[in-house]
Amino acid sequence: MDFMVFQYPMISVQACLDGILLGILFALIAYGMALQWGVMNIINIAQGDLVILGGYIAYFMYLYGIHPAWGVIVAPVIMYFVGIVIYKLVINKVVDRDLFISILATFGISILFMQLMNFAFGADVVLANSDYGTTMLFNNNVVLPNSKIFSAFISILFAICLVIYMKKSKLGRAIRATAQNARAAKILGVDTEKVYAATFGINAALCGVAGALISITFTIHPYMGLPYTIRSFMIVIVAGLGNLPGVAMSGMGLGVFEEFADYILGTEFRIGSVFLLLVLILVYRRFKLSRKREYLK
Amino acid sequence: MRLNKIILSFVSALVILLSTSVVSFAKVVGDKIILGAAISLTGKYSSNGVHTQNGYNMAVDRINSMGGVKVGGKTYKFDIIYYDDESNPKRAAQLAERLISQDGVEFMLGPYSSGLTKAIAPVTEKYGVPMVEANGASRSLFTKGYKYLFAVLAPANLYLDVAIDLAVEKNNGKGVTVAMAFEQDAFSQDVRLGVLDAIKRTGSKKVIDDKLPKELNDMAATLVKVKQMKPDVLVVSGHTKGALTAIRQISEMKVDVPMLAMTHCDAAKLSKQHGKNSQYALCASQWHKTLTYKDDFFKDGMTYDADFTKEFGYAPPYQAAESSAALLVFKDAFERANSFDQKKVRDALAATNMQTFYGNIKFAEGGQNVDKPMVLFQVMCDDAGKCENKVVAPTKWASAKLIHPIPSWSER
Repeated sequence: MDFMVFQYPMISVQACLDGILLGILFALIAYGMALQWGVMNIINIAQGDLVILGGYIAYFMYLYGIHPAWGVIVAPVIMYFVGIVIYKLVINKVVDRDLFISILATFGISILFMQLMNFAFGADVVLANSDYGTTMLFNNNVVLPNSKIFSAFISILFAICLVIYMKKSKLGRAIRATAQNARAAKILGVDTEKVYAATFGINAALCGVAGALISITFTIHPYMGLPYTIRSFMIVIVAGLGNLPGVAMSGMGLGVFEEFADYILGTEFRIGSVFLLLVLILVYRRFKLSRKREYLK
Repeated sequence: MRLNKIILSFVSALVILLSTSVVSFAKVVGDKIILGAAISLTGKYSSNGVHTQNGYNMAVDRINSMGGVKVGGKTYKFDIIYYDDESNPKRAAQLAERLISQDGVEFMLGPYSSGLTKAIAPVTEKYGVPMVEANGASRSLFTKGYKYLFAVLAPANLYLDVAIDLAVEKNNGKGVTVAMAFEQDAFSQDVRLGVLDAIKRTGSKKVIDDKLPKELNDMAATLVKVKQMKPDVLVVSGHTKGALTAIRQISEMKVDVPMLAMTHCDAAKLSKQHGKNSQYALCASQWHKTLTYKDDFFKDGMTYDADFTKEFGYAPPYQAAESSAALLVFKDAFERANSFDQKKVRDALAATNMQTFYGNIKFAEGGQNVDKPMVLFQVMCDDAGKCENKVVAPTKWASAKLIHPIPSWSER
């Protein structure tokens, strides 16, 4: 145990800001997952691998001399079509099936993607340099890399656009209708097949944006996808489906929690403490649900 | 009845076929000495796996073209059977079994990484197959009492203790404060143990001791602590991911520390991926082309570097150089044993005492090479932004003077 974080208030500020910026980025990935989970009832294990693929798109732009920040526009466009193709090839066959089958199917896609990326891009750890510099706050006591601020800003921008799109556009309404009741939506003339494809495409596009941002802020590697899947899974579990403010809050909350766990318990317990929190939340939710059920009886 | 006979004859034909095919693959066929190796050609170690394979192939071609191996008055040539272990320890152990019991290989070369070597060593030990490995540095490999395992490289605990010594030397022999960030894997934790020994030996003090999880690509929290504690030395080891993440975040967060020492800088292509931001980082290395060791086959480091670059199109990282050295060791041992008896070759290997372009090689009881110190190089860049790795320690091999302390970010 180390309480340095409380002895120096500036470290607390640093930890909070780092956590929030990190959390916003994770929330974007989680939002994609929540969307297609809610609409199609599919838990996508390949979520993290789609993120990494998006990262490689930005990385290759960087290699060819284009600033990697343009990746946040190019990656989602490419990834949207990748998503559609995955949907047509695999996902549409498992949409109405048992949850277990969809987990197996997406797990297979995840392995395939990992190996293909390793084959195509090599096993080296890579990153794209944005050269955005650093912001110093509070008399240089708090440092924030501009790349992280940029990531958070872009994530928020995409989230807002998506919310507006879901509320206002025809397809957005169809997606929401399908999420509420697919059968009723079908009866009322919604082409659910098209809605599913679009939803999966949008999810992949969000992953693409997040991946491009991760290549700018952190590092990417073909086998690094799974932690992103798990993190977004956790955020969705905590927030619940179809609850964007919830996803954003739980993303940021988890980010801050992680940073503080790192300072207090030590880096080796950082991921472990997040899992512990997940277990506690699940137990608490079950406890609450069972009380509700008794009440209903 | 007739059917039974047919089945019986079919099975016996198969048995005969299989047994002859095993014989045809045996260790020494005609004028060829066949070595076996499981290498990571796919999976997460595939880049270093390929460096290892290129190093082996380069040495095989060179030794064969320069007269081969002379045993019992006859000249033999090296040949290697490769299998892809997919960077997976279980698969590596299976493939070692297959190489030995099916392909009849009697001498092995090591795979890439400590983890995979750990998986293979019990198998080669069980069958009494001598293995010369060049890419497993974990200390635990050499404390198990293996008799048939020989490593041409220095063990992991020696990687960064040179850096602590150097910092103490710069501090006029007084102890220094050390911040440590090590990934939680066998290799990095061994490096950590070595640093802890050095801290104890020099009367230094550790102020931060973070263990980075394998999936972590963010060490901002550790670096904030470093900013607060202001240690004299920051040591980081977490393979290529650790090296790249450290440099990215140190430069972004403007962390000032007088000395920064790391592992895996050349594998991470630090100076290429980070340019000037990686300047002044100290990196532990098994080998550097400017070292002045010599042998008859590759002459010296500079020549090896040039020949390798010509053949494979990229400059050899130390993983390739040490792999080439493994074959020189085998050749030397075969000639001294003057036999292909596994026990005799094993004893000859244990008695190895030679110099190669890669360094002196002499094995301790546990199989590790005790005659070759690690070197530290420092990334140095010119004004145009072109960066180069220059050896700064130990002083005997130094080609440049250590820049210490590292200038602060505000002055760069």
